[in-house]
Amino acid sequence: MTAAPANDIEFRSVTKRYGSVTAVSDINLAVPKGAFVALLGPSGCGKTTCLRMIGGFEQPSEGTVLIDGREMNGVPPYHRPVNMVFQHYALFPHFDVEQNVAYGLKQARPKLAASEISARARQALEMVRLGGFEKRRIHEMSGGQQQRVALARAIVNKPSVLLLDEPLAALDKKLRTAMQIELQTLQSELGITFVLVTHDQEEALSMSDRVCVMNAGRIVQMAKPQDVYDKPADLFVADFVGKTNRIAATVEADGSTLRLSNGTALAAKSGLKPGVATVALRPEAIELTRQAGKDAAGLAGTVTHRIFLGSTAEYQISVDGLGDFLVTADRRSVQESGLVEPGERVVLTFDPGKMHVFPA
Amino acid sequence: MRTLVTSVYLFLYAPIALVVLFSFNAGRSASEFTGFSTMWYSKALGNTFLITALQNSLMIAFTSAVLAAVFGTMAALGMQRLSSRGRAIFDGLFAAAIVVPGVVIGIATLVALVEVFSFLNPALASIWPGDKPPQLGLGYGSIIAAHGLFSLALVTMIVKARIASLGRDIVEASSDLYATPFTTFRQIVLPQILPSVLAGFLLAFTFSFDDFIVAFFVAGSKTTLPIYVFASIRRGVTPEINAIATMVLVASLLIILIARVLMRDKTTKVQAGE
Repeated sequence: MTAAPANDIEFRSVTKRYGSVTAVSDINLAVPKGAFVALLGPSGCGKTTCLRMIGGFEQPSEGTVLIDGREMNGVPPYHRPVNMVFQHYALFPHFDVEQNVAYGLKQARPKLAASEISARARQALEMVRLGGFEKRRIHEMSGGQQQRVALARAIVNKPSVLLLDEPLAALDKKLRTAMQIELQTLQSELGITFVLVTHDQEEALSMSDRVCVMNAGRIVQMAKPQDVYDKPADLFVADFVGKTNRIAATVEADGSTLRLSNGTALAAKSGLKPGVATVALRPEAIELTRQAGKDAAGLAGTVTHRIFLGSTAEYQISVDGLGDFLVTADRRSVQESGLVEPGERVVLTFDPGKMHVFPA
Repeated sequence: MRTLVTSVYLFLYAPIALVVLFSFNAGRSASEFTGFSTMWYSKALGNTFLITALQNSLMIAFTSAVLAAVFGTMAALGMQRLSSRGRAIFDGLFAAAIVVPGVVIGIATLVALVEVFSFLNPALASIWPGDKPPQLGLGYGSIIAAHGLFSLALVTMIVKARIASLGRDIVEASSDLYATPFTTFRQIVLPQILPSVLAGFLLAFTFSFDDFIVAFFVAGSKTTLPIYVFASIRRGVTPEINAIATMVLVASLLIILIARVLMRDKTTKVQAGE
């Protein structure tokens, strides 16, 4: 007896070239069954190419893509057990809603009974809360509704893997948040693997249980959302996921002392490679206090801008000898001391353990 | 400025209006309107030479338009798979076929056909088992071929524009939903491009039906309606010719109007679908 493959999707040393341009470079990736994976990266990083290679719209130049443990090289899209939600929905304009949703089921061989096709299409429309819209024309639907038709059209086929290509990019913010929750609920109800492509880090962090950060055709980090945020693999991830302060520094010969460019020495964790490095520090890891006396330990600076965001406030602070820092202060500290005004002198303190040191 | 525009339009349309007016003239004169009558229409329709020419024209227009619609659509679909450079080359060739003057197409086709026949006919005769080998010559076939080739470029241009506005998205979506390429073509692509194919067919039909120059060169002994009109004008303009011209005019306008509606319908659909 052979065990079912543990991975729904596997990339083995996959490279994709277009002429002289390498879009995806030697990628290895394993997506476990039932996972919700987000491929996250800036445009042109190769994330959409990866998705299209799973869907079968592109073939790898080198390497192998496996779905359900089966090699997929050369297999056309219509023979793959995956379905895709397209960025611009790609609904069939000459069909009504139910005909769109039923399209995949109608291709099944041996043929399904018309009553079953209709029942399953209606059930899928119920799942995306579009019951009663069966006979609507596509152009009579709003953007959010079209999005849900596209979703129903894909999930009605019960694919092993659902591919989502920036599915929420065209929706306004409120609708997008609602759809994020709906997609998560849907995924846990259906239990099928979701692969989401997005350039929106918030979307990736909030929806997926695995984030795969890509840059320049390579996977930079694949980890749980909180680990991608808290333990970025490199400066690119630290910069791309969330906001970050970059500080130029030098690791001294002892491997644990950091000297910032303004002369401040900080005790970091030991075992660092001596030499030039860049420190990444999250804005919310920094605590902000008014400068009381000269003896306050930390980085002194002047507030240049303040953005009040309700529950938090963001400050831009010009630190003496180091340049601009971004600091997020939450409501509690804001209430205790009142909002700090631009022009005030402040001291920045932080736990050195929250610094991420990357050798240059 | 206004007078200039008015006189341009007068110059363009007044002669046509006169033709229509005098087709209803009760008398023989082409310059003096003596009363309303439809006698020239019944006379034209009773003219067997004319009816034969009309039948020839309809048959040639229909056949060449069908060929152009089928092969033009295939060409437009096939051109999608070309590289952008290959596509630019074919675009240029198709555009050239449309702008080359009819006289040039006529002469070129005539010369080419005569050359081909002078080579093919002896070759055919030498391998023919019987006594009477078929003689290839100018006639219906050569007019259909000449019209079909020109119209093919026309249909390709129209259908290609429609395909470009479709996008690859829905084709990929269909393929993603387990439809084979043939099913995708039949269920998704064809319904979307059908109005433009029909529009191309109708334009091809009117082109062939109205064409005199190309047909004149390659018709051989056959007569189409425009050739008949041209020949009978040499014997003097009669109101009968005016009646024929009016009927051709009305039919052509109607067909082009339908083609325009078909082409407009598709653009509104595209906008709504976005």
